[in-house]
Amino acid sequence: MAAPGRKALLDPLFENNPIALQVLGICSALAVTTKMETSVVMCGAVIFVLTFSNFFVSLLRNNIPSSIRIIVQLTIISSLVIIADQFLKAYLYDISKQLSVFVGLIITNCIIMGRAEAFAMQNRPSLSIMDGLGNGFGYSLILLATGFFRELLGSGKLFGHTVFPLATEGGWYSPNGLMTLSAGAFFIIGGFIWALRVWKHDQVEEEG
Amino acid sequence: MLEHYLGLAVKTIFVENMALAFFLGMCSFLAVSKKINTAFGLGLAVIFVLTVTVPINNLLFNYALTDGALAWLHPDLAGYDLSFLGFLCYIGTIAAMVQIVEMTLDRFVPTLYAALGVFLPLIAVNCAILGASLFMVERDYNFGESVVFGLGSGIGWFLAVVALASIRERMRYSNVPPALRGLGMTFILTGLMAIGFMAFGGIQL
Repeated sequence: MAAPGRKALLDPLFENNPIALQVLGICSALAVTTKMETSVVMCGAVIFVLTFSNFFVSLLRNNIPSSIRIIVQLTIISSLVIIADQFLKAYLYDISKQLSVFVGLIITNCIIMGRAEAFAMQNRPSLSIMDGLGNGFGYSLILLATGFFRELLGSGKLFGHTVFPLATEGGWYSPNGLMTLSAGAFFIIGGFIWALRVWKHDQVEEEG
Repeated sequence: MLEHYLGLAVKTIFVENMALAFFLGMCSFLAVSKKINTAFGLGLAVIFVLTVTVPINNLLFNYALTDGALAWLHPDLAGYDLSFLGFLCYIGTIAAMVQIVEMTLDRFVPTLYAALGVFLPLIAVNCAILGASLFMVERDYNFGESVVFGLGSGIGWFLAVVALASIRERMRYSNVPPALRGLGMTFILTGLMAIGFMAFGGIQL
């Protein structure tokens, strides 16, 4: 693999993570992570939309007049989201019900607009696909980790299978209800960012 | 009837706060909450755009998109269900409205326009706006309810962002661990605020 392609694919994982450093796409990251199952489906949908929107925007980049580029990008993105949404409704109906409005909100997920605007408009299609995949994985990394802790600590389960037997059902683990609430998600992501910045010291913000 | 609307308003402002209970509009929420002034301006813009777009999208859904909605045009059209086009239509309405707000502000309140800068066009991709329209469709609100819902969610978001901005201005005097400064600390603050707002959860109306 050529060096720029690899850089576009791997950088967003830790060096330039869309959630932890670029502050993009946080809404959905917090809302769907109460369970692993929904997080996985959400990641799949976002990676799909992000990769293809980057590809199509990049393909059309020389034909899009800059004054109406936002609306063109939004149209491409919403068409892709409609495909993803219809697919989920057809094959994974239960999960699509649980995700409720958040599939639709992929349209306004700033990662997708942000990457289309910042990367795909300037780079060739093959590189843009790499960038889309890389940012999709960087996003998924945080999403899955958050989902893992929230489901495990909040209800003692992973993918709906019991890992820690609950005290109410004769086991030993009393679930931490905070984790299933919105506040838990904020604390976990805040903690991740903290850990990441202790490790990668150059990401530390000066007085912000 | 009035109590129903009042109840809905209180519920959307406090109990089901857009930012703190549903995490909607987080990107701009975190980005503009550094200063109270910008937070205030963006909050007002969000209230306005929400109050206008949710009812418009409600009309759009009921008279153009839902199953059999086109029957008022011609009986033959009663069989069409265009609800799969929903996302595209809502985002179109929102983008158009944001454009109008932008031009109005530029003309009449240039200082606010300059202060909001790049964040105003970003309202179009603010999840709170599209989220409110999608919730409106999912919960089957009628026209009156959707006006109240749009206004209420706007006010709720406004309160949350101004409160967070005020706390962050104060944080400047605190000794936060270096790696936690900025984004990390903001997340934890927002979490604490979410717990605070949870106290409204018991309200029955």
